[in-house]
Amino acid sequence: MTGFEVTAERRSWVRQIMGMPISVHLRGAGVRSDPVVPQVVAEVFEQLRAVDRLFSTYRSDSQVSRIRRGELTPDHWHPWVHEVVGLCEQARRRTDGYFDAWLPTGFDPSGLVKGWAVERAAALLAELNGCDSCLNAGGDIVTSVCSPNSPAWRVGIEDPRDRTRILAVQEIRTGAVATSGSAARGAHIIDPHTGDRPDELLAVTVTGPTLLWADIYATAGFAHGGDVVSWLRARAPDYRALGVGP
Amino acid sequence: MRRIASTVAATVSIVVLLFSYHTSTNQDPVAVVGDQPLAPQPATPGAPSTSGAPSSGTNGTFTGAAADTRYGPVQVQIIVSGGRITSARTLQVPQQSSKDRRINSAAVPILNNETVQAQSARIDTVSGATYTSEGYAQSLQSAIDGVHQ
Repeated sequence: MTGFEVTAERRSWVRQIMGMPISVHLRGAGVRSDPVVPQVVAEVFEQLRAVDRLFSTYRSDSQVSRIRRGELTPDHWHPWVHEVVGLCEQARRRTDGYFDAWLPTGFDPSGLVKGWAVERAAALLAELNGCDSCLNAGGDIVTSVCSPNSPAWRVGIEDPRDRTRILAVQEIRTGAVATSGSAARGAHIIDPHTGDRPDELLAVTVTGPTLLWADIYATAGFAHGGDVVSWLRARAPDYRALGVGP
Repeated sequence: MRRIASTVAATVSIVVLLFSYHTSTNQDPVAVVGDQPLAPQPATPGAPSTSGAPSSGTNGTFTGAAADTRYGPVQVQIIVSGGRITSARTLQVPQQSSKDRRINSAAVPILNNETVQAQSARIDTVSGATYTSEGYAQSLQSAIDGVHQ
């Protein structure tokens, strides 16, 4: 029938994994009818659970917990653990030490694992034919569009002073948005250089091609404080920062 | 065709579960937002399809299924006019203890505002400091997730 233009269907799924809500949103003609869609979404969530089993510091039997207790030597590490440890070293170098997984309390790669894991999982969604995808893991986002005609995803940047408000809207097609701040979990980020809890900024949002690095730069930028826009521009021209002060 | 499309029944349900969630070890969904899909989407030629809400042209009052939470049943109703959420209110709020009252007085007004604001800003998703799982139930993202479930 002509003249009957169906708007793209959209479907969402939410699961609680790694102690946070993880939402998958898909847009496209087949998102409610294609049997492959729910299979791939289930695979995304399963991959994130597998990461949690390996890396969670809340699980005493995870590899990271065993490394922290000195029970696991590198030759017994899972390949993903080797990969993450390598990335943690790279992140420390690229952020002048503002991102550091080797805390006084022990090795804790949690700040990097999330972005790394979510980006890997989102790659499964991006392979779905004819679908635009958006994976939001507790406020950190990976998006993808499958066609030049697809509209951008409109990402609301939350106001850390009033979490019921949107400070800005960022349109993004294929890329990532990460926010670090104290609005949700209190002052949980530490400046590795001083051991202090930074309070110059309330939140830092970073947009760029990968969630792994957007998230690292958002956390490091929050710890750095001050002019995070210039700080990031000098280090990673592909990424853009938005800092929100008190 | 348009007339037919505009009569397509759409059900939008936003069910908010208000409960605590402390560890990173649980893997089951704790917040089920929305009990029925908004399907089929009414056809509206040229309408943007990305808004965090029902398609343009949808009108009516939609009531979510009551969700049993450990604080009691919670049910949310939204009013949609021209595809926009114009108001949201809670139909059932558990009031069994002072703790319930505290939780609900904090959570429900925030949800109501957020639902309306999300719609007026036409956003698809929200970036913010990492939600706790408790915080999610009160969040803008959970309202958006619910509309599309």
